[in-house]
Amino acid sequence: MILTVASGKGGTGKTTIAASLAVAIADEFPLYLDCDVEAPNAHIFLSPEFTQTQRVNQLVPSIDETRCDGCGRCAEVCQYHAIVVLGDKVLVFPELCHGCGSCTLQCPQRAIEEVPNVLGLLEAGTAREGIRFARGVLEIGQPMAVPIIRALKRWGPFGDIDTVIRDAPPGVSCPVVETMSGADFVLLVTEPTPFGLHDLHLAVQLAGELGLPVGVVVNREGIGDGRVDEYCRSVNIPVLLRIPFSERIGRALARGENLVEVLPEYLPLFRGLYVDIRSRLIEREGMR
Amino acid sequence: MKQLVILSGKGGTGKTSIAGALSHLANENGGSKSIVIADADVDAANLELILSPRYTQREDFWSGKIAAIDQELCEACGECMQVCRFDAINEASDGYSVDPFACEGCAACFYACPSEAVTMKDQLAGAWFRSDSRYGVLYHAALRPAQENSGKLVTLLKQRAKQRALDKKCDLLIVDGPPGIGCPVISALSGADVALIVAEPSKAGVHDMRRIVDTADHFDLPCVLCVNKTDLSTEGSREIEGYCRDKGLKQVGAIPFDIDVPCAMAQGQTVVAYRPDGPASLAIREMWRRIEAVLWGPE
Amino acid sequence: MYKMKLAFTLKTRADNPSLERRFGRCPYFLIVDTDSGKRGIMENPALQSQHGAGTQAAQFLVEEGVEAVISGDIGPNAYSVLDAAGVRMYSATEKPVENLLSDFQDGNLRRATPRGGRGRGRRR
Repeated sequence: MILTVASGKGGTGKTTIAASLAVAIADEFPLYLDCDVEAPNAHIFLSPEFTQTQRVNQLVPSIDETRCDGCGRCAEVCQYHAIVVLGDKVLVFPELCHGCGSCTLQCPQRAIEEVPNVLGLLEAGTAREGIRFARGVLEIGQPMAVPIIRALKRWGPFGDIDTVIRDAPPGVSCPVVETMSGADFVLLVTEPTPFGLHDLHLAVQLAGELGLPVGVVVNREGIGDGRVDEYCRSVNIPVLLRIPFSERIGRALARGENLVEVLPEYLPLFRGLYVDIRSRLIEREGMR
Repeated sequence: MKQLVILSGKGGTGKTSIAGALSHLANENGGSKSIVIADADVDAANLELILSPRYTQREDFWSGKIAAIDQELCEACGECMQVCRFDAINEASDGYSVDPFACEGCAACFYACPSEAVTMKDQLAGAWFRSDSRYGVLYHAALRPAQENSGKLVTLLKQRAKQRALDKKCDLLIVDGPPGIGCPVISALSGADVALIVAEPSKAGVHDMRRIVDTADHFDLPCVLCVNKTDLSTEGSREIEGYCRDKGLKQVGAIPFDIDVPCAMAQGQTVVAYRPDGPASLAIREMWRRIEAVLWGPE
Repeated sequence: MYKMKLAFTLKTRADNPSLERRFGRCPYFLIVDTDSGKRGIMENPALQSQHGAGTQAAQFLVEEGVEAVISGDIGPNAYSVLDAAGVRMYSATEKPVENLLSDFQDGNLRRATPRGGRGRGRRR
């Protein structure tokens, strides 16, 4: 089972919930993928020891000027204006390049070779309680997160795993799509405030477009009102878990403690959340 | 005209609440600055929820292309699938088809197809709006879910906002930035005079603050910093203060956690309008004075 | 004094237009051939570009045989392209283009400088 934990709004507690879930089901030896490659935080809660790393490269064009005849075909096919041909000079802008390879394929003189351009890094290792952990880290100044997330999903340093928890970045655009794509279930973490509700709605729409079943966790219950619950009822989305707001919890999480350590009574509830999601998926399978 | 962009790295640190509060303070009788506001978090645009805007203009936003295969012309040679690097082409019993969520619009298949069966279709990616808010004109947008947030929409919003600010001779453009450090953030910070980094003193918050400061640095953008929800961690707050001293960054604010902030949000207001003498409001007011000095003070 | 093909970035096609500050996404270019006196307004093909508007706009002008560009802000990618093509770049304020044309002929326009490093911000 691949579970994506997302939210729409940032800061609602995705990583908190995802990490606690991993700890609660550690005996299943889950794989935790921290897909928030721009601002990864899960290592703070799960303390992985990294034993494997891999660079994430994008292939960008490099032009052999001896073979190039300045025909400009490469610039013509590039949808991103990452190549400019000026007479006999060819300029490449790697930060605009999407690594699609089209220019290389279409060059009539075969004058283009693709060379690696470092976008970021993948790291993997074992975290607390035997949880398998892998993450991607975007290089500062690099604009695109998606290639890193894609590479992270494909990377298989642990072989085949039964249970994967993908910790998504905030928002609902391409990096989140990549994190949800191929998953079986989406768990949306929200807070009961107007900002939380507004963005939950967007995230629900996104999961819907991808055809994925959704469950909600309401975090910091008590800080707002009942509009999130009303919304979930109206669209028939189950609220699977509620975590109360408390400054004590906030401070412990700020220190990097896991939620299930601060509130040990929640350990069985997170385990229950996992079982609940699994059984919903089986039911869904059965109904097809 | 000055441009202030509000960033954080980590999501949920309070950028939008602070952007709203600063908009109020800039406008107040006593606060004499005319402003234009841009909500650059086009994925999850929340600023309007506390500014009560009246929409005055709406425009469709077209961005990017997606490949489509005409089954009549397709000869099932499989070239498209061979060249696609984004796993966006699938083979089905009746031919090849494009997965619109995976397709990046690179057109490699379009150029590779020997039967000219591929067309590239323009995408309606969302919409952008100009609204009249309590404090000034607000430019905001809604990107449709699953769209590529390449920064083009952010750039468009900011250009409109900047143009208006220049035309109306406004003093300040406030840009509420998105979380993260990628394209949309890079577009949001482009052309700004100063970035206000809103840092949360949790371990995660401090970690991500370093990444956004490094990013701003990479693009030669001067920063000032404030700590929000200070009492979340006194240790973290101290660490941030030390970091600022070491890097020569000016700390312009220290705002305590205050339940007034979500309460104000629930009422559709900024915290400084909702409870002007609450602890967060007083701290933000103090911060605004320091930000004014940075933006308009002597060099 | 200078006999060359110039491009000005324009906001509108109206009579007596003013300079548009942006380069990559300006709506129009005014192309002036100071030798023959011919002038024409062209739409900027990069206006709707999702990515790389600067490089696209720059390449367009190079292909048109433009030898000097007068604009407000020229971004780093566009700057690289124009520089590599030997196109001179001038930075000016949003005055009417006729005034800027005289300024250019009198040698009173300031050369544009590349913005610092990877520069997207404006460090003082």
